[in-house]
Amino acid sequence: MPTLRQVRLIGKPVVFTAAMLPLAGLVAGAAGVPAFQLGANPVETIQDTTGIWALRLLLLTLTMTPLGWLTGRSWPLQFRRMLGLFAFAYAALHFTNYLLLDRALDAAEILADIGKRPYVTIGVIALTLLLALAATSTAAARRRLGRRWQALHRLVYAIAILACWHFWWQVKKDVTEPAVYASILGVLLAVRLGRHARLRGYRL
Amino acid sequence: MLIRRAADIRPSEITPESVFHGRRALLRAAGFAGAAALLAPALRADEIPGRYRRLGTLRSSPLSVRETPNRFEDITTYNNFYEFGLDKGDPAANSARFRPRPWTVTVEGEAEVVGRYTYEDIIRPHPLEERISRLRCVEAWSMVVPWVGFPLRDLLKRFRPTSKARFVAFETVVRPEEMPGQKGRTLDWPYVEGLTIAEAMHPLALMVVGVYGVELPAQNGAPLRLVVPWKYGFKSIKSIVRIRFMETRPPTTWSLAAPDEYGFYANVNPRVDHPRWSQATERRIGSALFSPKQPTLPFNGYAAQVAALYEGLDLVRNF
Repeated sequence: MPTLRQVRLIGKPVVFTAAMLPLAGLVAGAAGVPAFQLGANPVETIQDTTGIWALRLLLLTLTMTPLGWLTGRSWPLQFRRMLGLFAFAYAALHFTNYLLLDRALDAAEILADIGKRPYVTIGVIALTLLLALAATSTAAARRRLGRRWQALHRLVYAIAILACWHFWWQVKKDVTEPAVYASILGVLLAVRLGRHARLRGYRL
Repeated sequence: MLIRRAADIRPSEITPESVFHGRRALLRAAGFAGAAALLAPALRADEIPGRYRRLGTLRSSPLSVRETPNRFEDITTYNNFYEFGLDKGDPAANSARFRPRPWTVTVEGEAEVVGRYTYEDIIRPHPLEERISRLRCVEAWSMVVPWVGFPLRDLLKRFRPTSKARFVAFETVVRPEEMPGQKGRTLDWPYVEGLTIAEAMHPLALMVVGVYGVELPAQNGAPLRLVVPWKYGFKSIKSIVRIRFMETRPPTTWSLAAPDEYGFYANVNPRVDHPRWSQATERRIGSALFSPKQPTLPFNGYAAQVAALYEGLDLVRNF
C-alpha cells in the first residue's frame, strides 16, 4: 500500500499531469498542431471537451471515498481535493469559453440565456456552488469553518446532480451518453446511502 | 411567376464617404488583397481528393450568393447525417461501405407520370449548375456551400403533378448494413421530409448531385439530395429514394421526434428561438476562433425571394 510519501511524490504528480492532458490537447489544437486539430467548429470542440472533462473529474472525485471503503485504504481520499479542483477548473474553462468565444461577451445575450434556458441556468448554479467549494478547499478554510465545512462540501452531491441534468438537457436527441454519466452518479450516491443506512442500523 | 432577386445594393455594400475620398489609399490596399485572391483558388482545387469524380462543365447559377464558400474539408467532415452516427465526424468516418450506385427513385402519388427511375433517368435531362448557397443548421451554425444540381421544380414538372398535389414528400434510403446509424432507433427510419408544392416549385429549391464540382460524397447525401436554403438544414433531406405527391401534409422526421422543437415549415427565423437555444445568431464554420457569431437573417437571407410564399401565415405558430 502506498505511503503518504509515495502519494505525495508519485501519485499526485501523475494524477496532476493526467488531468492536464485534455487541456494540453486543446491548447495544442488551438496552436495549430496537426494531430490535435479542433475540427470545423473549434468553439464547439472546446465547449464539449471542457464540459465532459469537468463532469468526468467530478464523478472521479466522488469515486474516491467509496474506493477507500472498498479497499480499506485511505490513499484514495488523498486525491479528492486535487480532482475536485480540476473539475472546477474545467467547468470554469467551459463557462469562460461560452462567455468569451461562444457569446463574445454579449451581456444582453448571456443574461437572456441564463434566464431563459434552463440548462444554462442549471449550469451556472452548479458552477457557482463549485466555486464556493473550490474557494474553501484550503486547509485554512477548513479549520476556520469547522463543522460547517463538512455541511458546505456535501453540496458536491447537488452539484453532480445538476451537472448531469445540465448535460441531459442540452442533448438534441440521443440521451445515451448523459444517461451513462447519470447512472454512474446514481451508483456513487446509492453506495453512500447504503453505507449510511447500514452504519445507522437500518435494514435495507 | 415573378422571381425577385435580393435588392442589389445592401446597406453593408455602400462605400462610406471617408473611404470613397481615400480612393488612392484603397487602391494600394486592393493591390495586396488582389495578390491574396490570386492564391486562394489554387488552394481550393488542391483540397479536393482525386477519388471524387468531377461533374464536367457547370454553368454558374445566377442564384448564387456572393460569399466565400467553406473549405471542402469542413463541408465533408462536419455533417449531421444520423444514418451514419450522431457525431459530426461520424458520417465521414462511417460511410465507406455506402454504395450510391445503382440507385433507384420511386415517384408516386398525385401525378400523371409515376414509376421507378434510375439515378441516370433522374438527372439526364437536366443541365447542371454550380450554386453557392448558405446553409443554416437548426443548431445555430452555418456554412456556405458550392452545390451542384438543378432546380427541383424542373424535375417535378416532368411527372406532371395533378391539381391534388398540394405537398411533396421525400424519403431517405434505409440500408442498415451500409448506414450503421440505422441499426439503432435514434430516429424512426426512414428519414422523411416534405414541402408544400409552392415551396418545392420555388427556383431556390435545388436537387443536388455534387459539391465543389465533384459527385456528392456519401456523408453529404449521395447520390441525390435536396437543398432548401431558406429552411433549417434538416429539411434538406439526403440520399433520396422516394418522391410522393400528396394531397395532405406529409409527416416529417424531426417534427415527429420532437414536435415542440421542430415544425413542418422550419424556415430560418431569428425571431423564433428553439426552446433550448437562441436562433438570433449563428457561428459560421471556418471563422476565426475569436470572431463573434453573426446575426441570423430571416429566411436565411433569402427573404426577398421567398417571403411571399408565406404571406398571411403566422410564422411564430407555424415554426
